[in-house]
Amino acid sequence: MADTTAQPSRSRDLDKLLLRPGHLVGPNFEPGPELRDDLKEYAKVLVVGAGGLGCELLKDLALSGFRNLEVIDMDRIEVSNLNRQFLFRFEDVGKPKAEVAAKRVMDRISGVNIVPHFCRIEDKELEFYNDFSIIVLGLDSIEARSYINAVACSFLEYDSDDNPREETIKPMVDGGTEGFKGHARIIMPGVTPCFECTIWLFPPQVKFPLCTLAETPRTAAHCIEYAHLIKWDEAHSGKSFDPDNPEHMQWVYSEAVKRAELFGILGVTYSLTQGVVKNIIPAIASTNAIISAACALETLKIVSACSKTLSNYLTYNGVEGLHTKVTEFVKDKDCLVCGPGILIELDTSVTLKKFIDLLEDHPKLLLSRASVTHRGKNLYMQGPPVLEEMTRSNLDMPLCDLMDKIPKDIVHVTGIAGKGDKKQSCLRKLRVVFKGIDGVTDMDTAGGA
Amino acid sequence: MIKLFKVKEKQREQAENANGKPPVKKQSAGELRLHKDISELNLPKTCNISFPNGKDDLMNFEVTIRPDEGYYLGGMFLFSFQISPIYPHEAPKVKCKTKIYHPNIDLEGNVCLNILREDWKPVLNINTIIYGLYHLFTEPNHEDPLNHDAAAVLRDNPKLFESNVRRAMAGGYVGQTFFTRCI
Ligand SMILES: [Zn+2]
Repeated sequence: MADTTAQPSRSRDLDKLLLRPGHLVGPNFEPGPELRDDLKEYAKVLVVGAGGLGCELLKDLALSGFRNLEVIDMDRIEVSNLNRQFLFRFEDVGKPKAEVAAKRVMDRISGVNIVPHFCRIEDKELEFYNDFSIIVLGLDSIEARSYINAVACSFLEYDSDDNPREETIKPMVDGGTEGFKGHARIIMPGVTPCFECTIWLFPPQVKFPLCTLAETPRTAAHCIEYAHLIKWDEAHSGKSFDPDNPEHMQWVYSEAVKRAELFGILGVTYSLTQGVVKNIIPAIASTNAIISAACALETLKIVSACSKTLSNYLTYNGVEGLHTKVTEFVKDKDCLVCGPGILIELDTSVTLKKFIDLLEDHPKLLLSRASVTHRGKNLYMQGPPVLEEMTRSNLDMPLCDLMDKIPKDIVHVTGIAGKGDKKQSCLRKLRVVFKGIDGVTDMDTAGGA
Repeated sequence: MIKLFKVKEKQREQAENANGKPPVKKQSAGELRLHKDISELNLPKTCNISFPNGKDDLMNFEVTIRPDEGYYLGGMFLFSFQISPIYPHEAPKVKCKTKIYHPNIDLEGNVCLNILREDWKPVLNINTIIYGLYHLFTEPNHEDPLNHDAAAVLRDNPKLFESNVRRAMAGGYVGQTFFTRCI
């Protein structure tokens, strides 16, 4: 092979994207072998979830030129995963998904390094997440998405003009599938809407009235929910139901079958039981493949700028024919998680009481009767009386001390905003900066919820 | 963004372990919204809220209801609230911790209240739920039964229902079921 600087790699199609200039490219795109090499060396990608989407994502990213991948997942492989989570074999049942997935992809694709993390996402320190260039989500729960989103947004900093500082943006690419439907989206905190800005996009979970379950079940799902929500408590006083425990699931299944027989209802199966209890819609392998491909491509585009990115939310529907659409959602400028918050500069001597008074006169806030919370600590609560009493002694302490002398940080306040007729209760994010504390450096994190 | 990642990655290699920041607990969006709900609570005198885990855990709390009218006058009923990190996208989980003879609350403490399940909406709040619970005591209804027997008695023989409620609250048997005193 000729010894040229732009030696073709094993990924011919990738070379076409990374080595050649183009018209529809992203900002600061610099095609060439250096880009290809930098992608291998410096881009560090975290894949959250090693299930149906996660398996696809790891394979797709590894084949898209990324060499430094890590994957986090707390689940072990179950027999029912094997039809679509194609990195797993029958003999892997019971092993951690993250570990097996990492090994299988590394076995097949030389040069790629995948570090598995077999744990809950909450088990990792925040700094763990800050190490990655980009975070790709292959999850099936709103809670987990919301958590990762809050973590990624917590690295975001704004300058004094409320513009996001580019070096603090932690991009995310989020995929999700339900049966024949799916979505792929990019989240650039501070630039595009974060998960919390658009949480309403997720339809609320269907919840049956308890009395219907208890008295007039009509469907297999009613029987399952009866066993899960009512019968379980009756039979196991105090022991809480664990959806990840197969014995618990089996118990619910057999009770649901009895219930269904009693009412002459058909259709209770073990997999339906799992689906109803865990609120899972059967996964379709092809949907995962399509959504993962879109996510991997967006990841490549964000990192390399080889093309403009999706802006910013793609929906896919394969129920009848194929329908796909991109919607540009907008940020909620007052978002508690990704928004800049209102900048407030204070002297270190300002007491909590004084701070609360200041909020009332602040032109952007006009917030009266403020309750204040910082990093999960309730510094002052206007009500109810029991909490007011517990927090009252903080009022005379300097806010700076109550905030552990952190030079700048986020504080959330609730209270009544506005004057006259336009009063309304509200919850606001504030960026509090203390004047004259040493250690205010560019690297201090002040973003997030 | 690869240029940026390259710079950051190089900085990181140099500054390995240079940061000694304490681990930070993430406050979920649900916690923040709950903070607002709680600070704005406006409860009737018959309802009382308490926080068994102290002032910094608002996600688990208890509400005591002492009805001042109706069948349950004089009783005291404890409810536990568990709030999800994605509140208000998801409704609070509420259980009645006091064993009660009630058509809409079963003996395990499950509560049949529409806004806790099928009719929950993110615009509702903790105050609405507490009022909804209070309403169950002033207007128990036999049309949404969770305790089948109690509902049938309320429907067919309100006088007997009343005396059953009295007997349960005073501590005693209604049918085969023993209730502890809650007056
Ligand atoms: Zn947001």
